[in-house]
Amino acid sequence: MRLRSFQIVLWIAATAAVIAFAAVRWGPALDDTAAAAPAFPTAFALADSEGRMRTTDEFRGKFLLVFFGFTSCPDVCPTTLSEVAQVMDDLGSDAGSVQPIFISIDPERDRRLGLADYTKAFHPAILGLAGSEEETEAAAASFKIFYEREADSSSPDGYTMAHSSGLYLIGPDGAWLRQFTYGTPAAEILSDLQSRL
Amino acid sequence: MKHFLLAAALGLSAPAAMACETVTIGDLTIEHAWSKATLGAARPGVFYVEITNTGSTDDALVGISSPAAGMPMLHETVVQDGIASMPHAMSIPVPAGQGVQLSPGGYHGMLMGLTTALKEGDSFPVTLSFEKAGEVTVNVDVLSLRAEGPDCADAGQ
Repeated sequence: MRLRSFQIVLWIAATAAVIAFAAVRWGPALDDTAAAAPAFPTAFALADSEGRMRTTDEFRGKFLLVFFGFTSCPDVCPTTLSEVAQVMDDLGSDAGSVQPIFISIDPERDRRLGLADYTKAFHPAILGLAGSEEETEAAAASFKIFYEREADSSSPDGYTMAHSSGLYLIGPDGAWLRQFTYGTPAAEILSDLQSRL
Repeated sequence: MKHFLLAAALGLSAPAAMACETVTIGDLTIEHAWSKATLGAARPGVFYVEITNTGSTDDALVGISSPAAGMPMLHETVVQDGIASMPHAMSIPVPAGQGVQLSPGGYHGMLMGLTTALKEGDSFPVTLSFEKAGEVTVNVDVLSLRAEGPDCADAGQ
């Protein structure tokens, strides 16, 4: 009987040890995954289609869905903006808490072609911004994204833009929260947003 | 009267069903040809299509032409390490017994030099040139800017 009690104690101790080991071994690993993309502040100061300077500060308190692209992009950009438009439609009464922003990485040409007409064709809530080259570079650096002009005789005006194709979620305090990789369905973006609102 | 009603019904359903048309040339079947509305004619339009090769010989799509665009080109969207780029595709393989889809996020035709803005509900012809099968013309449906593809009863087959 005493032996049996001892066995039970041993079993409890062994189980506790396994749990403790698992917590030490895998607990921090999970934390690492979450911390792999730590929140960092984002900032931009860019002109809208009417030439008004828009900055991060005016959007405090709202979630931002930010996409960098260019309006002569026939495939990736319309696909992502369509997803964003769908998300805005599906948010319903929560739509006021989310500001979708399209930042041009081809600002000179996009200003010439018309930025607001383009973003509004997808959804009236999407704000299009196109700054100077320097302002665009600063915004891209703040979001840690990449873009590059590539000479290409098979593209309009002889060039195309390579660019980070993610959609970035920025929190109400201006901190980067996460990215949705290209092709993330609108429903997935919607449920992520709804879990935060 | 019956014939008239049938004709009217067919006539009404035809415009929406254009992208669901199937065209064949040799061993190739071409279907689900669609495009998206554009804002004006200054920005390029896009062309998507599905090609199936039921034969035993590999083929390749080597070019497209259309009266709707002065400079249509084949491109491929490549997303690598989160960076999207859009290299020119000299030719798009259409392997024997398989096929290829020109679809959002992958191969696509870029219609530069549009003669006019593409409006939802319009359609225009595109001629596809294949290395072996030769040329074939399909009617392309212009869907909305936010469309993800044509809504065909047989879509996905």
